[in-house]
Amino acid sequence: MTRRTVVDIATQVAAGSLSASTVLEENLAAIAAREHEIHAFNLVTADKARERAAQIDADVKAGKKVGRLAGVTIALKDNLCTRGVETTCSSKILAGWKPPYDATVVRRLADEGAVVVGKTNLDEFAMGSSTENSAFGPTRNPLDTSRVPGGSSGGSAAAVAAGFSAASFGSDTGGSIRQPAALCGLVGVKPTYGMVSRQGLVAFGSSLDQIGPFTTTVADAALLMEVIAGHDPLDSTSLPQPAPQLVNVLARGVKGLRIGRVADMPEGSSPDVLARLDAAFDALRAAGATVVDVKLPSMSFGLTAYYLVAPAEASSNLARFDGVRYGLRVDAKDLNAMYGATRAAGFGDEVKRRIMLGTYALSAGYYDAYYGKALKVRRLIADDFAKAYEQCDAILTPTSPTVAFKFGDKTSNPLTMYLCDVFTIPTNLAGHAAMSVPFGTGDAGLPVGVQVLAPALGEATMFQVAAELERSS
Amino acid sequence: MNAANPSSVVATAEQLIDGWELVVGLEVHVELATRTKLFSASANRFGDEPNTHIDPVTLGLPGALPVLNRHAVELAMRLGLALNCRVQPCTFHRKNYFYPDLPKAYQVSQYDQPLNVDGFLMLPGDVRIGIERAHLEEDTGKSTHFGGAEGRIAGSEYSLIDFNRAGVPLVEIVSRPDIRTSEQAKQYVSELRAILLAVGASDAKMEEGSMRCDVNVSVHKPGTAFGTRCEIKNVNSIRAVGRAIDYEARRQIDVIISGGAIKQQTLHWDDAAGRTNVLRTKEDADDYRYFLEPDLVPLAPDTAWVERVRAALPPLPAARRAALATLTGQARESEAIAVVVERGQDSYVSEVAKVGGDAARALVYVQQAFADEPATPRVPAGDIAALTLMEKNAKITSTQAKTLLADLVANGGGDVIAMAKAKGFESMDTGALESLVDAAIAADPDAWAKFKAGEQKAIGALVGAVMKSSKGKADGKAVTALLQAKANT
Repeated sequence: MTRRTVVDIATQVAAGSLSASTVLEENLAAIAAREHEIHAFNLVTADKARERAAQIDADVKAGKKVGRLAGVTIALKDNLCTRGVETTCSSKILAGWKPPYDATVVRRLADEGAVVVGKTNLDEFAMGSSTENSAFGPTRNPLDTSRVPGGSSGGSAAAVAAGFSAASFGSDTGGSIRQPAALCGLVGVKPTYGMVSRQGLVAFGSSLDQIGPFTTTVADAALLMEVIAGHDPLDSTSLPQPAPQLVNVLARGVKGLRIGRVADMPEGSSPDVLARLDAAFDALRAAGATVVDVKLPSMSFGLTAYYLVAPAEASSNLARFDGVRYGLRVDAKDLNAMYGATRAAGFGDEVKRRIMLGTYALSAGYYDAYYGKALKVRRLIADDFAKAYEQCDAILTPTSPTVAFKFGDKTSNPLTMYLCDVFTIPTNLAGHAAMSVPFGTGDAGLPVGVQVLAPALGEATMFQVAAELERSS
Repeated sequence: MNAANPSSVVATAEQLIDGWELVVGLEVHVELATRTKLFSASANRFGDEPNTHIDPVTLGLPGALPVLNRHAVELAMRLGLALNCRVQPCTFHRKNYFYPDLPKAYQVSQYDQPLNVDGFLMLPGDVRIGIERAHLEEDTGKSTHFGGAEGRIAGSEYSLIDFNRAGVPLVEIVSRPDIRTSEQAKQYVSELRAILLAVGASDAKMEEGSMRCDVNVSVHKPGTAFGTRCEIKNVNSIRAVGRAIDYEARRQIDVIISGGAIKQQTLHWDDAAGRTNVLRTKEDADDYRYFLEPDLVPLAPDTAWVERVRAALPPLPAARRAALATLTGQARESEAIAVVVERGQDSYVSEVAKVGGDAARALVYVQQAFADEPATPRVPAGDIAALTLMEKNAKITSTQAKTLLADLVANGGGDVIAMAKAKGFESMDTGALESLVDAAIAADPDAWAKFKAGEQKAIGALVGAVMKSSKGKADGKAVTALLQAKANT
């Protein structure tokens, strides 16, 4: 199967040499062929997509100006609000809920001519690293269907890996874009906190969540970032910055850049992954970068801090799912019983686990020992990164300690699952930029992702490095 | 005074209740008079059809995010500065609890870093009540329960929720426990209300719930540690504030005297029954799990903004009362001064004085006749000035002045000289009046003799006779003065 890139589609559709409908039908054919085994989608919006593609083709034919993403097929993680289209977060508690508005990101994509193919599966409310926590069943990795696609944005990663759409979007709270991108052999971007509007993203950990793209090339990711990034007055945490210029930095190379290697990196990565990381450093060195050792002593505390901060915010964010106004309601004898019955039936085990964890961490008498301390660790991590970035322009780590794992491998012990995110979580806590770039294969011939970290608003440098890795892989 | 007590105000002997000192602190919630809600663009309007001022943020729909209303911040700052608070950099927190009319299951409020801190408010007699804080927060929706007893949720068949109020900006003003009598508490609420109206921060209508009081009450023996306090909710009028405190103070004293102990409780004031009922005790109090609201950024009003708001503050009620008292020669705490300032008509009185009118009379006119008029009455100040002068110079009687005043209000002004003439209120010259007085003396020599002998009462018959013979056109005061002058010669 020849893969069409976002850049190719947008260029050719706008030029009239390729029709948006042709692109869409190719994707719909792939969906028809493989979706039953992959389960990337909670909902395929084929009819709406066909209407949209036809409209774009008509606009091109009529000589009207079309957007920068004309005819580009995209899939949206099912925690991104889409006006009038079911948005479930892969949870029974939101089944049937249709938002009355589009997320800012969804609107910006539509304004540039993107065609939404469907809503993708995720770990319920984005809590997980394998998409096994979906209330609607797991998503399979298109590269090896006995393995997970990663998570929580596993459906979005699988959709692109399986050729169901040219690109997709996920949300990343602790690695939920980068880890599935790595496991599915894709580029995945977690932007600087505040660079992309969260308006219309169903919140998990509000101070950590960012929306970002999955693509097959770095250039595609750069173009999509330029479309979705930039200040949004509807999100108070949105930075007062225009979208960064990324497409035009890709050819710059890495000559003179200082790339950090974490000397005290948390252990536990498998040798195949570490070998690819070494190869990545070699490639950058060969391209003219220097590699410097940096220390991030607090990195190993990131996981613990994250599993207090994110559940604490989640316990509050998910409290609104109470059966009163929308979504599932299980009737019971009185109000409190209705709350209990609704939430017991509506939430899965992992969501309940994190709500309890977060509620406990915020409770009177425990706040200082847990949530309060986690906030201090969070500051330490940010301080450590700040020191490291005095010595380097970007840092490379593995994205995931292993290649894609088999179904059920980590479901019996939540802690082993949480360890999947040991390299990705610190960036979310610091609010910095990070992305995963495929860099060859490891065990079982499965893709390995290398993570490029950059300081807040360091997207341009990050994309420069990512583009170089792509050229060398 | 006990070092642990959070207030150093000591009650006077007269303020003690059977030897017990009352300690009161108030938490007053006021809805700010913004056009839109605290975090969304829906209208902030009372009394409309239920659920007509709602939006995704108000309803707490998934993915909806709050955007802070700058005007609400400005009004809150205005109030804080009027209460002599320090405006400081602040943050928002989430107060988490489940209730159907709280759409997100958390209220966005301010916790350890409120916008306004450390202020005070002065009561009559130079009593200073400390203001601990005045912070911003959002209001909840309004639940109505059907089919149960007393409109409570327990036992009801169903409940309806109106989210029009959800997200309306509130300021919670927390006093220090410096209040020592129920009268002071009433004065505090009344003065706070006057300030709110003066700065335009709120319409402060207790009957519509745009101003709501929670009252903290405890009692103790002077010189000992403060007693355990109870919080009374649902106190919805200034009168109820006084009654609830009096009732609760008595209840607590009786419990202690009879050997019991006060439990920290939240009470509900039943105004009809005139008593408090227990809502909940401390043991089952909610743990609100406050934490920094991650959907909002810290708010740090810059000095220029604070100073701009401070500079734009209108004169406050206390200062305006003092100015009006000086202008009119009345006591600062008199009814007329309080009423006219509360209506905001004090500047009108000074305008009347400015165009040459008599300030003291203008105050009386305005107090008596302008209750239904706006702060700037429709009657031109010049007309009222002319009327005060006609009465002052005895061109008309005070009764006639009252009639003309009523006509001025009814017609929104008029030429008082022409109006007086049309009504036949033409002035009597002194010569004509004197002849009527002489005639009255001649007609009742008995009364005249008594009056001259010092019997003040006897003047009544003479004045009455003159009023009768003048057909009411004579000025009673002028007649009295004339008689007095004649008696003294």
